[in-house]
Amino acid sequence: MDTVYLKRILEDEKAIRQRILKNNLSGVIITFISSLVVVPLVLILAYLLINGISSINFDFITQLPKPVGEAGGGIVNAIAGSAIIVFLALVLSVPPAVFGGIYLSEYPDSKLSALVRFSNEILQGTPSIVIGIFAWVLVVVPMGHFSAFSGSVALGIMLIPIVLKATEETLKRIPPELREAAASMGVPYHRVILKVVVPTGLKGIVNGILLGATRISGETAPLLFTAFGSPFMNLHAGKPMSSLPLVIYNYATSPYDEWHKLAWGASLLLILAVFGINMLARIFVSKQGGGTQ
Amino acid sequence: MSIKTEKPLLQLNNLSAYFHDKRILKDVNFSVENSKVVSIMGPSGCGKTTLIRCVNRMHEMSPGGTAAGSILLDGEDLNQLNTITVRRKIGMVFQRPNPFPTMTIYENVIAGYLLNGIKIPKKLSLEIVEDSLSKAALWDEVKDSLNKKGTYLSGGQQQRLCIARALAMNPEILLLDEPTSALDPKATSRIEELVVQLKKNVTILMVTHNIAQAARVSDDTAFMYLGELVEYGSTKEMFTVPKDKRTEEYLTGKFG
Amino acid sequence: MNKEIFSEKAFKLILKGTGIVIFMIPALLLVTLIVQSVPAVRAYGAGFIFRQTWDPVREIYGALPFLAGTLVTSFLALILAFPFSFSVALILSEYLKEGTAAAIVKSAVELLAGIPSVIYGFWGLLVLVPLIRKLELAAGIPPYGVSILAASIILAIMIIPYASTIAREVMSMIPPDIKEAAYSLGGTHWEVQRKVVIPTSYSGIFAGVLLALGRALGETMAVTMVIGNTNKLFSNIFEPGNTMASVIANEFTEAVSDLYLSSLIELGLLLFIVTALINFIGRLIIKRFEVKGAGE
Ligand SMILES: Nc1ncnc2c1ncn2[C@@H]1O[C@H](COP(=O)(O)OP(=O)(O)OP(=O)(O)O)[C@@H](O)[C@H]1O
Ligand SMILES: [Mg+2]
Repeated sequence: MDTVYLKRILEDEKAIRQRILKNNLSGVIITFISSLVVVPLVLILAYLLINGISSINFDFITQLPKPVGEAGGGIVNAIAGSAIIVFLALVLSVPPAVFGGIYLSEYPDSKLSALVRFSNEILQGTPSIVIGIFAWVLVVVPMGHFSAFSGSVALGIMLIPIVLKATEETLKRIPPELREAAASMGVPYHRVILKVVVPTGLKGIVNGILLGATRISGETAPLLFTAFGSPFMNLHAGKPMSSLPLVIYNYATSPYDEWHKLAWGASLLLILAVFGINMLARIFVSKQGGGTQ
Repeated sequence: MSIKTEKPLLQLNNLSAYFHDKRILKDVNFSVENSKVVSIMGPSGCGKTTLIRCVNRMHEMSPGGTAAGSILLDGEDLNQLNTITVRRKIGMVFQRPNPFPTMTIYENVIAGYLLNGIKIPKKLSLEIVEDSLSKAALWDEVKDSLNKKGTYLSGGQQQRLCIARALAMNPEILLLDEPTSALDPKATSRIEELVVQLKKNVTILMVTHNIAQAARVSDDTAFMYLGELVEYGSTKEMFTVPKDKRTEEYLTGKFG
Repeated sequence: MNKEIFSEKAFKLILKGTGIVIFMIPALLLVTLIVQSVPAVRAYGAGFIFRQTWDPVREIYGALPFLAGTLVTSFLALILAFPFSFSVALILSEYLKEGTAAAIVKSAVELLAGIPSVIYGFWGLLVLVPLIRKLELAAGIPPYGVSILAASIILAIMIIPYASTIAREVMSMIPPDIKEAAYSLGGTHWEVQRKVVIPTSYSGIFAGVLLALGRALGETMAVTMVIGNTNKLFSNIFEPGNTMASVIANEFTEAVSDLYLSSLIELGLLLFIVTALINFIGRLIIKRFEVKGAGE
């Protein structure tokens, strides 16, 4: 073997310097390209803040919308509507999602579990507009008219995969000794689950629910032909109802500057709510140290 | 001033290592002579892995990892060299065999060249592969399946492949971190034989938990405790008449 | 005691029942869509997919413009998003595990992921579309503004967080000792990424691209607001168009005739089948990858 030659190429100072240069250069380029993702974020948030703040005032959050041409007015109906629709969606979907998650963590290898996991993944990837059609067929058609309830059904279906997955992941990480300890004291199975396992994983489950809530509170597509929207104050879930994303869509695509202003305000409000709940979830997770993550 | 020819190959001066603010190694001093096998022993968590990762400057890559003091190779401060050169001169073999899963056996041996973009003529690369695999006592077993993936081999063979991979870079020092802890007894004894043979070509620092193994293969032993180097010297001497009480307790199985 | 045994049995039954219900949802969804699509399928058969005309007045429904719109916007968005997603994944997984740059990029990506689709659309409509219009004027082409291009750009921004998260997950599944081995042989960061991390995660990265594609195909609101909503087949990306999702969003509440409604629902059915398939394959590849990565 030509060891002299080998030594020369292995110790070639120039080649090594080039490699180091290439490494540093690639680092700079990659850092540069990836930091460009900050640009759209800053632009979007800046537009929201600048245009949104000027339209948010007391009237904005307490008044109903005014007809075209009249200045002022607010979106109190959409704020209330969003709260109602999202809350109802949570009520409808959290129990089955959490129970489904418990089922998966309790019977991880059963045939049904495999099927549920499969379904859940399909559901998670289903476009929201398709879920809107589903809720329309399921609720709007039999009822004969649009309703907040049908919107909640659509959002609830979207929420299930998120909460179910969070529940399963959380419960899976709870050490088996815990439930064995409880079971060894003669505590019946369902109590072990409900009184020991679920409370231990509560943090992760609630976190999943909050994150799911942020996802659905910004959803528009599935509400277009379910909750539909309404210019009036309506608190009745059986009737059409407005929501923040719906008014943003309707006002944003209108030709009137007045309405664009309302849409900016509504957008700022929506994003504050979404980021706010997100923050809440984080604080909640970090507050209760230990346990599962 | 000592005489030039007796200059040690590797010399650690007041080496300290940290993870964030936690001091893991405390002013470790020792030197290693050419063509020796040195085993590093000590209870779990005492800093053995950290020590050898300082020697090829891998420690500074870990999150929060920093080091103070100096390490000299052939009298040259490693901190003055770039890490590429340091790691070329000081090879490493890990606790669990880790051949590259996307590469064939052949490619695994010359992985250092492929990775570093060093172009070598086909004839030379064939020579390197045969030479390194022979030194690692693996050539006869794999010479007909050089184009199979490295992960097809058994655990012991994989570990020898990893040794060949390190040897292919022509290192002056080879660091082994518990190289047999993931292997069965038969594979272990093959690696031990190999280590003894290899010292003709390369100086070896080997972390081990196995006292008998240290006694079988190493010329010198370093005993560490809680980040300090407690005792360092000829293996035979240390194992028969340990100077420090902690060494004695460890060797008699009082802790660890 | 008897009561306890009873409640235990009931509890297990409830768990299992919930599992069955959840399993049934997508099946029911599929059946519903199929049943509702029957009139359109009867009327047009496979011609539905290839026909270029979508004319509710004359009751002629062909999905080609929307299929083309969906595919072109999605692929263009993928291509636009790829370098960014890839760089973000590299930054977060290896290059700058710590440090301010990584922290900023990480929060930026998380925040982008949290912005609702309708806000992307609104911003696109009032900021991006006028910008494109100006460029089109300067270039001397019809200044629509709202266009396939606008939709693709907005889509690209929207899928960057998703794609980079998957790519990062995939890269972090690679056993760290393989990377360590590469570094111990003297590889630089770049060389270890190029020659070990990326080749080892090829299949995972491919799966990530698939999943991001699934996302892009079904994205509705932002696209609807900036794409221009014409049912004519576009001839270049500066022209307006429509996607399957956007035409459903736009026309569903106006669809008066049964055939019209059924045709829209058939679009939904196609969308569901395609996204479900893509998601299924993507997840399967990642699962295989996970097993391989963790194995040995
Ligand atoms: N990445 C790290 N971050 C923080 N502390 C670490 C890290 N790795 C190791 N340590 C700590 O450094 C100390 C020394 O660890 P090291 O791995 O060097 O021990 P070791 O002697 O090799 O142990 P073992 O025999 O178990 O392999 C330990 O107390 C360990 O907890
Ligand atoms: Mg160790």
